[in-house]
Amino acid sequence: MPQMNMIQALNSAMDIMLTRDPSVVLMGEDIGYFGGVFRTTEGLQRKHGEHRVLDTPIAEGGIIAAAIGMGVNGLRPVAEIQFADYIYPGFDQIVSELARLRFRTAGDFFAPVTIRTPCGGGIRGGQTHSQSPEGIFTHVCGVKVAMPSNPYDAKGMLIASIEDDDPVLFFEPKRLYNGPFDGDPNKPAVPWSTHPKGEVPDGYYTVPLGKADIVRPGNDLTIVTYGTMTFVAAAAAAAMGLDAEVIDLRSMVPLDVDTICTSVKKTGRCVVAHEATRFSGFGAELVALIQEECFWNLEAPIQRVAGWDTPYPHAFEWEYFPGQARVTTALKAVMESA
Amino acid sequence: MPLSKDQLRRAYRQMKTIREFEERLHLEIATGDIAGFTHLYCGQEAVAVGVCEHLANDDFIVSTHRGHGHCIAKGCDVVGMMKEIYGRRDGLCKGKGGSMHIADVNVGMLGANGIVGAGAPLAVGAGVAARMDGAGKVSIAFSGDGACNQGTTFEAMNMAVVLKLPVIFVYENNHYSEHTGADYAVGSKDMTKRAAGFGMLARKADGCDFFAVYDLMTEVLQHCRSGAGPASVELDTERFFGHFEGDPQRYRGPGELERLRETRDCLKNFRATAKARKLIDLAELDAIDAQVMQLIESAVTQARAAPVPQAADVFEDVYVTY
Repeated sequence: MPQMNMIQALNSAMDIMLTRDPSVVLMGEDIGYFGGVFRTTEGLQRKHGEHRVLDTPIAEGGIIAAAIGMGVNGLRPVAEIQFADYIYPGFDQIVSELARLRFRTAGDFFAPVTIRTPCGGGIRGGQTHSQSPEGIFTHVCGVKVAMPSNPYDAKGMLIASIEDDDPVLFFEPKRLYNGPFDGDPNKPAVPWSTHPKGEVPDGYYTVPLGKADIVRPGNDLTIVTYGTMTFVAAAAAAAMGLDAEVIDLRSMVPLDVDTICTSVKKTGRCVVAHEATRFSGFGAELVALIQEECFWNLEAPIQRVAGWDTPYPHAFEWEYFPGQARVTTALKAVMESA
Repeated sequence: MPLSKDQLRRAYRQMKTIREFEERLHLEIATGDIAGFTHLYCGQEAVAVGVCEHLANDDFIVSTHRGHGHCIAKGCDVVGMMKEIYGRRDGLCKGKGGSMHIADVNVGMLGANGIVGAGAPLAVGAGVAARMDGAGKVSIAFSGDGACNQGTTFEAMNMAVVLKLPVIFVYENNHYSEHTGADYAVGSKDMTKRAAGFGMLARKADGCDFFAVYDLMTEVLQHCRSGAGPASVELDTERFFGHFEGDPQRYRGPGELERLRETRDCLKNFRATAKARKLIDLAELDAIDAQVMQLIESAVTQARAAPVPQAADVFEDVYVTY
């Protein structure tokens, strides 16, 4: 089986879809001639041509709006927003147009748009290169929201997103591009080639949106998470010797309620973890849902681990980032409650 | 009016300070001691200084992700800036902003900005405040050839014309919108004509020639301070480093950087002009060079030794009241 990092896996997904489907068009800033700031689209313009891989001016609102117009007219655009922090000029187009087209035309129109965007912290990017805004978009009815945590899922989920007739916001945790990261910046980086999820088939396959992955089965408690925190939380639980069931959601919309609730009903204890800020974050939705569905099975209050409720700071990255120490505190609280 | 010797010394010192600040950062970033993405202004010094030498503390500027030059030119404390970039507690923004978000309202520097195209509309707001003040203040939006294509920038230009504001849109054309050529990304290839199409005074000059920038700004500022409405200035300049530190710059032609350093260096140009027109003794400029090197060395030493923030500091300054 070939080894790929997440960048190579995403590149392979787009290469395959450009080859399979003539309606697929990539667009974004620096993605063609330059190959993308993270090299995710390297070589694709050379191989598939300037009309399939469009270099756009710096104009996020325009990129997203144009992608919608392309989608309505029979194309399957894959728009890259260079950093998730740059997505806000396109927010109106996502909320008012992309998410609602199908509903307001009673199904006449739809726009199969995929918006790929690198997100998350842990790369010392400061406030405009580190944010995790996925939760904001889960509050917008009509767009799907996905975030893979490893190369295998990234490729299969991106292909599934491109083929999906609904719009998908596809968040890529950039700290995981080159290897799994357990939250300790002082350890040497671990490449994907040492991880089973770095084994990625060359050809076409899909990983469906809406199906969570039980990364590690366990009986002591359930950790519901996604993206970079999948590895941070699993490492914290392992360090405590807990038999944790770790669930990587893979997509927030649609949400795999069954997998979450089956697990929490089994373990009776739950920690929810994400990098994004805590207040009104996606974790709040998860906690509400779990207590609605699993209240009589819970042995302890559900704990949330999240980014602090501040802008992403420049100088305090490892204090701000919800690393293993903060996960450990939550795990202890959940395990020690009677 | 010709520049006085004092003005010449000051302008050269500002340009040299920016140059050495950036050259030193280029080396320090490579050591891994500095967090964050850093976009160096090296090569564009004549723009920031040629504009800001006309400004007072209560004139406003709004900057870009490539903002160190604008900060220094507008009078931000160089040591405070270096500490901020190092993420220190006594940095200009307490280490919370970093390279891309240095601001100091006391000198009218309303902020560098990590979002391309976010600055111009902010400058329009500052322009409204400047006009209401009635004292002839101006607001300057520094933008690049990348930001000039953002919808926010178009909105800002139109609004400034509609409201007849004392705003100057300074477009620094360094020929690269991040990693993509401006000749490709600016559809009309002519930012000045495009700005003129909004109905404002639109001029251009060689941004590698301090004297050309300074003279053009004399005229444009007179226009704006007199209440005649906004203006656009396109300055043809060069970026001596990549988009960000670590950019492999594979989009450049062979020998391009060496050629730019040789032929388009605004500091060399300044010295050449000063010599040809006998404006100032070059030995004086050499003395300034030595002083600047000391200042930068001292800034780095102080920044390295400065205290790092405490974790609890991060919760301060999110809101005015809690």
